[in-house]
Amino acid sequence: MGWFRKKEEVKAPAAVEEKKELWAVCPSCKAQSYKDEWDKNFSVCPQCNFHDKITWQERLNVLLDPGSFREINEEITTSDPLEFKDDKGSYAEKAQAAKAKTGMKEAVVTGRGKIHGIRVVIAVMDFRFLGGSLGSGTGEKILLAAEYARRHAYPYIVVSASGGARMHEGIISLMQMAKTCAGIARLKKEGIPYISILTDPTTGGVSASFATMGDLNVAEPKALIGFAGRRVIEETIKQKLPDDFQTSEYMLEHGFIDQIVNRKEMKNFLYKVLRYWKAK
Amino acid sequence: MSLDFEKNMPEIEAKIAALTKQKAADPNAKVDDQIAGLKQELEKVAKEVYSSLTPWQTVQVARHPGRPLFRDYITGICGEFIELHGDRCFGDDQGIIGGFATIGDSRVMIIGHQKGKTLEENMKSNFGMATPDGYRKAMRLMKLAEKFKTPVICFIDTPGAYPGLDAEARGQAEAIARNLTEMSQLETPIIALVTGEGGSGGALGIGVGDVILMLSNSVYSVISPEGCASILWRDGSKAPEAAEALKITAASLLKLGVIEEIIPEPAGGAHRDHENTFRVVKQTLLKHLKILKNVSEWKLVDRRFEKYCRIGRFKNR
Repeated sequence: MGWFRKKEEVKAPAAVEEKKELWAVCPSCKAQSYKDEWDKNFSVCPQCNFHDKITWQERLNVLLDPGSFREINEEITTSDPLEFKDDKGSYAEKAQAAKAKTGMKEAVVTGRGKIHGIRVVIAVMDFRFLGGSLGSGTGEKILLAAEYARRHAYPYIVVSASGGARMHEGIISLMQMAKTCAGIARLKKEGIPYISILTDPTTGGVSASFATMGDLNVAEPKALIGFAGRRVIEETIKQKLPDDFQTSEYMLEHGFIDQIVNRKEMKNFLYKVLRYWKAK
Repeated sequence: MSLDFEKNMPEIEAKIAALTKQKAADPNAKVDDQIAGLKQELEKVAKEVYSSLTPWQTVQVARHPGRPLFRDYITGICGEFIELHGDRCFGDDQGIIGGFATIGDSRVMIIGHQKGKTLEENMKSNFGMATPDGYRKAMRLMKLAEKFKTPVICFIDTPGAYPGLDAEARGQAEAIARNLTEMSQLETPIIALVTGEGGSGGALGIGVGDVILMLSNSVYSVISPEGCASILWRDGSKAPEAAEALKITAASLLKLGVIEEIIPEPAGGAHRDHENTFRVVKQTLLKHLKILKNVSEWKLVDRRFEKYCRIGRFKNR
């Protein structure tokens, strides 16, 4: 829904703006393509197959049956346990700005929906909201969705897009790693399927918690996936890192990803797996 | 190494050392009263200084090279220690070590980050920054503890998980995530104690438990103050401000409901008095071991889950 609405908004009167919206530039290979073509291709570069970041609405449109999504715990939002401030302002203000910009209350949206008729519980992270960072509200929603999946015995799917823990919430944010993993552990114990989809980027505290704990870990092509930041590693080991370091392809090669699946084929891939698990 | 906020503590200590030396050389020297007076004065100043440390000063104390390291605690509080090596996967990380041990009458699995005392030791243990092999070794030992029904005690003292090419290639993220997941369901008591630096995911990787303790001058944070300052302030030298904002002291964590208890260090910090630090750590561990021993395994796991669910569940959002 989100991006159809966005396309309508393109009919801006000013010529300059129209020109800007006519083209999409790939953040990876810098090739230009028609915005229409780019959108039709689910924000995947037709030239290099880079999978650009998309909004939670766009993600749900790609993955779920139209009209099947029902949001849960939509009221949960950010909180500011440390009353955090830096020299540029307060976390409260930053969170408010993120909410105004995205219309979201937290960096993740959770709910239930259907994939070709199969019921699932899904959590979708959105990088636009404070870099998809894992705050207390984010952790709470991911945990509660896991518990919802467990109680109803629906498969659980989490789509990650996050730079890691949200440092403005300090230690409370770090503890969300333990909390979300505790939720995932309960699914494992009771045989509830859990699929983790890793998209660009999935790093830090999110890669070191629920995102790498899937029964299946599936990644989009060319996503940045890793624990420590590239610069930190280069400074520590005093070496230049290979170009493909911390990509989906690197993670597949090193045994941490089951499959790399194109955005266009993700829904059918999920259906194939879910149907296989369902068959008795 | 003395710290710049310790007022005249180093001078008093130097005087005490000189008089003690004099006494050793000449047993008839009349210096006992003087030494006793200086010791009293030292304790007074130490109490004053250490009761009002800023968060950034606390970071300096938490990182003090003279603090007891994990192997010192093993020697200081354990009767027996049978070290176990290797992750049965790739190697034997020296950043995390562990094994079967006894504390008083209790059998425990003891696991901890090991920093080094010398540069050579630090090279071996990456300054206490564990690799995935370390986290996997820790998990192997915890599973053994579960099998043999021994409680797990984890000593946390790390700047963070090792950020290196090999660590990434072997799955630093997965190794930590696996530990968080498995520790939440481990059917044996887990006590974690932050003795120095609790550095982010590298600390949490052996830090999920039923009871989380911190020494009074230790810190525990989602990111180092320097790292936070260089990202949010765009200036690493603003670390003192970041340390303040991040709320990383034991008192803050107790208030935030992340830890269960603070273990008070001797006046002047653990680095000044290893023996008394061991004594109070041992006492506190034995107290909690006794309490946890009486909780059934399923109840333990259930309570642990509920505890982590509550962290960051704020009513008035």
